[in-house]
Amino acid sequence: MSTEDTNATETEPVDAVDGDTDDADEAVEAEPEPEPDPNIVPVTLNGREIEARKGELVIAAAERHDTYIPHFCYHPRMKSVGMCRQCLVEVDTGRGMQLQPSCMITVSPEMKIDTESETAKRAQEGMIELLLANHPLDCPVCDKGGECPLQDQAFSHGPGESRYIEEKRHYEKPIPISDLVLLDRERCILCDRCTRFADEVAGDKLIHFTQRGNETQVMTFPDEPFASYFSGNTVQICPVGALTAEPYRFKARPWDLAQEESTCTSCSVGCRVVVQSSRDEILRYQGVDSDPVNHGWMCDKGRFDFEAVNSQQRIADPMVRTEQGLTDTTWSAALGAAAGVIRESLAAGGPDAIGVLGGARGTNEDAFAWAQLADALGITYRDAQFGDGLPASVLGLDRATIDEAASASTIVMLGADIKEELPVLYLRLRDAAVEKRSKLVEFSSVETGLSRYATQSIRHQPGLQSEAVNEASDLLAGDDVVVVVGRGNLAESADETMAALAAVLAANPSAKVLPALRRGNVVGALSVGMAPADDEHDGLATLRAAADGKLDVLILLGADPINDCPDTDLARRAMAGARRVISIDTHPSESTKLADIVLAAAAYGEKAGTTTNLEGRVSTVSDKVTTTGTARPDWMIAAELAIMLDIDGDIADVASVDDVTAAIAAEVPGFDGVTLDALAGERNGVLTSANPKPLPPVVGGAPQRNTYDHRLVVGRKLYDRAIGTAMSHSIAKLAPGAGAHLHPLDVDALGVADGADVRLIGQKATAILPVVSNPSIARGVVWAPFNQAGGTVEDLIDAAASVTDVKIEVV
Amino acid sequence: MSRLTDANLAIARDIIARYPRKKSALIPLLHLTQEQNGYVTDDAMRHLAELLDITPAEVIGTATFYEMFKFEEVGTYVINICQTMSCALLGAGALMHHAEEKLGIKAGSTTADGMFTIEAAECQAACTEAPTMQVNYRHQYRVTTEDFDQMIDDLRSGALSGDIPPHGTLGRNRQNIPADKFVGAPDPDDVTEGPAWIPVKVDNS
Ligand code: SF4
Ligand code: SF4
Ligand code: FES
Ligand code: FES
Repeated sequence: MSTEDTNATETEPVDAVDGDTDDADEAVEAEPEPEPDPNIVPVTLNGREIEARKGELVIAAAERHDTYIPHFCYHPRMKSVGMCRQCLVEVDTGRGMQLQPSCMITVSPEMKIDTESETAKRAQEGMIELLLANHPLDCPVCDKGGECPLQDQAFSHGPGESRYIEEKRHYEKPIPISDLVLLDRERCILCDRCTRFADEVAGDKLIHFTQRGNETQVMTFPDEPFASYFSGNTVQICPVGALTAEPYRFKARPWDLAQEESTCTSCSVGCRVVVQSSRDEILRYQGVDSDPVNHGWMCDKGRFDFEAVNSQQRIADPMVRTEQGLTDTTWSAALGAAAGVIRESLAAGGPDAIGVLGGARGTNEDAFAWAQLADALGITYRDAQFGDGLPASVLGLDRATIDEAASASTIVMLGADIKEELPVLYLRLRDAAVEKRSKLVEFSSVETGLSRYATQSIRHQPGLQSEAVNEASDLLAGDDVVVVVGRGNLAESADETMAALAAVLAANPSAKVLPALRRGNVVGALSVGMAPADDEHDGLATLRAAADGKLDVLILLGADPINDCPDTDLARRAMAGARRVISIDTHPSESTKLADIVLAAAAYGEKAGTTTNLEGRVSTVSDKVTTTGTARPDWMIAAELAIMLDIDGDIADVASVDDVTAAIAAEVPGFDGVTLDALAGERNGVLTSANPKPLPPVVGGAPQRNTYDHRLVVGRKLYDRAIGTAMSHSIAKLAPGAGAHLHPLDVDALGVADGADVRLIGQKATAILPVVSNPSIARGVVWAPFNQAGGTVEDLIDAAASVTDVKIEVV
Repeated sequence: MSRLTDANLAIARDIIARYPRKKSALIPLLHLTQEQNGYVTDDAMRHLAELLDITPAEVIGTATFYEMFKFEEVGTYVINICQTMSCALLGAGALMHHAEEKLGIKAGSTTADGMFTIEAAECQAACTEAPTMQVNYRHQYRVTTEDFDQMIDDLRSGALSGDIPPHGTLGRNRQNIPADKFVGAPDPDDVTEGPAWIPVKVDNS
């Protein structure tokens, strides 16, 4: 439904197909009347013949033919409700001209539409006058002023003056409806956009119209805030200044803002956005409607984590370790030191004494330049992941696009809770399930955001997903089945998920795969050269080599293994075991603190280039503001090091980021379409391809849990201590904090009160966490969020073990 | 405390079972909880949300649309005095004034003993009998100030308790539908043809 109503940019009307079918059979006959295309509806718009599409709303057809009809409640990505009546136009369907809300009526053959008649104009002016009976005229102090549909349409379609002299409504100003969003009720025009969004798009019905008549207002339930991961969208679509977002409120006027289109890289969905800044400071991101990706929506993490770019804590200058600890230095000194360290280690231990980890937080260009440098030096220890994702072989499967997933006959969810990890992908797939386009079959050991929309949500013991898949193989049949596979449990080996994926593909070899890897550009980094050659040289192997003292130099590209690698113990030992650590990063992290050389990297919004989303779609990111301090992009650092290390090759030869982008198109298989020309102005990006390769065999098969233990599931929440969130004060406070979630009966069996501390005893460590009684957790399972303040559940994770079983004791 | 009692919970489940979609039982359940507590409490709304698998925001959104659901404590007897045209012409203003004097409270508030709440109301659809008022939604016609005093005295003494049950009581007999008499309703999703009462010919040719 929702896609029918939209300005679907890519579905061409069917007339293109006509030629073939007609020619073949009917060429012999004498000039047959051409069959009228059933998908085209001829209507008259303001005296002009236009071709509308079958089922198209009058307002959408008019807009597609350059006739703007004023409106407030209509939104192309949501169902029409006809709340505001601003879109009244005259429509004749054979019974004479009548005023009709153009967002509620679909075109019909021979319909006559007049959007500019005297009557239509009077109706539109009357509606504006009525809305302004209560709406305050406080545009000069309203955040929306300058970009406000009400203000703009009062000018373009309003009467210019009002007959109302009555007192307007007054309300307490403003009331917070969540930690991020504030509501000025007297400005609300009751268009139902925010409430419809919460219900229809996000599925978080936490705001609702309350009261009635003149008292009607948008409200939450007392003490139950609008804590949706998508709340920022309501601010963007509110057609007046009733909803404002805490991080942007009163920071700028629209006419002070300059903007550039870009792509969000806070996760690998790659939502299209505009980056808006004033005085060289990023102030806001807004979602842009990319039909194959985000439909205009963003999640709150992606929307508000620009605060991290502006953070006072940014690493502004390079640093080297001296006796006083890490001290600021010049770039030439720092690069010189880095080149020296690399040269020494090459001389002493050869390229196998160097490891390069990371790249998933940067651009394709960053990762490509570093991969080229690593190639030139012969470095094989490299990876963009470190046991936190899935083996790079998932990218070599027959890959689905988001659109294909959202229109599949069956969507199979394996692993990740995409509401927490890939929020806007969650919106797309939720829509597919809610609108009954797709059956949703989920395999998970805990309830996920999608569970309530699933046709079948199958719970399995952590580690035993292959068994569950094999038992349910009849659910996986069908022609266009898409498997969305991610890493749901960081406390079990990725092999278990891969074995389950292999089982799905064995049951239905035609199924396509959408890899739900989370980190911003992980797909890009792995595709352009940061993928390990084999298991012996992947991220975990690199960390193990470092921990065993086999690495002289560990280079971290925006990577913080201590926080990002599930096995923190291994990461800590690796950081201690590597003789030298070179960290290229934007913010101080636990890992940069242990580095010997820190090179200040440009952050998102400060550097241009391209990024690759989880479907392999490459789109541009823009350098809207200048870099912090003397920070520079990773690719430039790689190029400078290449020169210092006397490497001749393309990498030492690039002068601008465009050169690197062009080199990627020339050299990376599947990226040949990603030319600068193709990217320029292409909002939807360019889809790359991968040569399908069968999955290498994996053996999963964790043991059954013994009944005295609990089996640990460590999953990600949207907000955690990852650097982008932790450095953004508005969202950092939304992290839920550590906890051990247990079924209420298991809590009772332990004899502890909700919130009391319990001790989780694993094979190699123990962790103390507050217990949370949670009926959605299966008995015998303990679920804990990853990387949260207030607990160290990560200590229990052993990257070499297939699952993590723990004993739980009362403290 | 203001969640449904076990007895009322059993009634609630019985009501929910009558609807093809749980959510449809919201209004009857709001009445049930108002009957239990005299008004609709936040806890009660949370409880209904749980029972109906909707959010508390949806419950409050629906409930606050209706005048007859109260969200603060009201008196055992809620007196609505019509203030619309016919009644206003025939002394509704004076009647209200008298009521406020007699009970010592302003319209919209409740007496300290929790017995009476007075409210100004719109037309009660009995204009020929003006001025009118309702006590717990039972009509009283051509009300004089003496009638009003008498009514208050009778309500206080309990003389009218047979006629006027306390606020929140919809009817004294709970509806009971024996299983063999239960008609039920089809799930809207299962309805493929036109409703039975509209003779629609579906032409599938
Ligand atoms: S707050 Fe804004 S979006 Fe929500 S109903 Fe009011 S005007 Fe519409
Ligand atoms: S879903 Fe991902 S890409 Fe989209 S706004 Fe959120 S973090 Fe950014
Ligand atoms: S836009 Fe059509 S009624 Fe609001
Ligand atoms: S005006 Fe009072 S009942 Fe109609």
